[in-house]
Amino acid sequence: MPRTATKSVPAHRIAEISLWRRARNQAATSFAVATVVVVLVPLVAIFAYLVYKGLGSINWAFLTQTPKPPGEAGGGMANAIAGSVLILGIGSLLGVPLGIGAGIYLAEFGRNRFGDSIRFVSDVLNGVPSIVIGIVAYAIVVLRQKHFSALAGGTALAIMMVPTITRTTEEMILLVPNALREAAYGLGIPRWRTTLSIVLRTATSGVITGVMLAFARVAGETAPLLFTAFGNQFWNWKLGQPTAALPLQIFTYAISPYDDWHRQAWAGALVLIILIVGAVAAVRVAVRHGTLGGVM
Amino acid sequence: MANQALPRPQVPGPQPVAGAGVKGAQGTRVSPLVSAPDGVMADRAFMGLIFSCAFAVLLILILIVYELVLRSQLSWHAFGWKFFGGQDWDPVSEQFGALPFIYGTLVSSLLALILAVPLSIGVAVFTTEMCPRWLRGPLSFTVELLAAIPSVIYGLWAIFVLVPILRSYVQPFLAKSLGWTGLFSGPPYGIGMLAAGIILAIMIVPIISSITREVLAVVPQHQREAALALGATRWEMIRMAVLRNARAGIVGAIILGLGRALGETMAVTMVIGNRPEISASLFAPGYTMASVLANEFSEATGDVYLSALIEIGLALFLVTIIVNALARFMVWSVTRGTPVRSNA
Repeated sequence: MPRTATKSVPAHRIAEISLWRRARNQAATSFAVATVVVVLVPLVAIFAYLVYKGLGSINWAFLTQTPKPPGEAGGGMANAIAGSVLILGIGSLLGVPLGIGAGIYLAEFGRNRFGDSIRFVSDVLNGVPSIVIGIVAYAIVVLRQKHFSALAGGTALAIMMVPTITRTTEEMILLVPNALREAAYGLGIPRWRTTLSIVLRTATSGVITGVMLAFARVAGETAPLLFTAFGNQFWNWKLGQPTAALPLQIFTYAISPYDDWHRQAWAGALVLIILIVGAVAAVRVAVRHGTLGGVM
Repeated sequence: MANQALPRPQVPGPQPVAGAGVKGAQGTRVSPLVSAPDGVMADRAFMGLIFSCAFAVLLILILIVYELVLRSQLSWHAFGWKFFGGQDWDPVSEQFGALPFIYGTLVSSLLALILAVPLSIGVAVFTTEMCPRWLRGPLSFTVELLAAIPSVIYGLWAIFVLVPILRSYVQPFLAKSLGWTGLFSGPPYGIGMLAAGIILAIMIVPIISSITREVLAVVPQHQREAALALGATRWEMIRMAVLRNARAGIVGAIILGLGRALGETMAVTMVIGNRPEISASLFAPGYTMASVLANEFSEATGDVYLSALIEIGLALFLVTIIVNALARFMVWSVTRGTPVRSNA
């Protein structure tokens, strides 16, 4: 940093002070660098382990078979992968339209007290622990249906997706220049048509990014599925039946005493990460190349 | 609702034009997108639709509160306030006290904060104030990757990597050097409060550091320049001009991290040991509110048992809401007025 000596202070005193101050400056810089290193170590370690353990454990059986009885080696998590897709599908189907709708409302009509309270509520919802969301989904779906189900799991995930989607949709729509709206109104286009075909369409890529963010966040969620989807050793495509999910299976296998199950837990974790990253990347690419540009 | 719903009031113009446009369209079609007289009806229907979406968000919160309060009544009537002070957790004789879980949640979260706060602030300061511009984006992206890893994968990693390291290296060392404090005594299982605190710390670093970064980014540039112009070193500039200005926001970020730590379930459940005991030693196994829910909820037999668990859920919900509202308010008090676009 440029420092200039003033004439009133003798030169030797400046040197004295700045030595101490320079040392503190150095110490602070080193501390900051050290924190970055310390934070990056677990990240690298986790990914390295995931790839190292996971790659060695994934095989054809893992991807195509259902679990073997406890203690028996072999088998796989095919039904859990399918179950996760099912539950996430339900969650997205319920949560995405709701979140986008609420986001549109907030951006286009939400400059009032009601809008502010919705904004506050969705921030609050964002902070609710996922396990509590699980209890609520249990209370409203499982207790009524009388058994665990994919639908209950999907409901829990949908509740978790809504606040994120709402807020990102709002942000993205607010970025659309007002001149576009005015131009549409000037052409006599009704409000709903302007919002859907012009404003939302302009913001599509941003909105989709928000949706993917929410999706990635809930895809790895385990806690809200523990007593909603519950898990299942077999294939299940019925919405009203207990369903296996990848995160649940990873959890069960990780805390089990069997080596082969530990191996499969690592494989499952790698598959989960790949699914999440893959889904997000695929949508990003699709948006960038415009194939999804006309969806909305 | 439709009457007061103006399109962003700060911008003059669009409203009257819109009204005139729709009416004028009745006779002559100006554009293919213009629909005929039923435009007003469609507008109303659309408004109704998205209004109900927004209302549904509110409804979800109401539903959460309603279900939690309703279904914890049984336990509330049976134990009252004693529920939060009792130490017994005995499903067989239907005696329920949540104190060990509350203790476990608080201790593991505080431990996580103690570890995570200096790290997060260091990372945030480094990214906003010290590192070369080209490194900023990649670095913050990498740290935020930590937030994208699912909780269960943290738990998996903790069981098979962190816990063995703690057991064979860290805990013996701590016991030898700091055993006299009483915090690090007892057999080094690896699994226990310490492991839970460390894994939680790793998980909340990205949250605290990304919000701190946002807060630091809105400190006006001229404050920095003024400090430097007065002859401050870089650290003095950061301390006096940046950190002091952003104080409230940083505290908010820390509280937000606390909120996350309090409710975190899977990773903690996998390493904390799941024993409802209160012990001063961080080596001892513990239990948290979230993990007792994860472990026992689906197996809870008996209405009182289930109700007691839901009451724990209600308590957890209320605490995290208060913590989060407080944090949002503090972050907002710093960033308000400035459009927050982090410079990452």
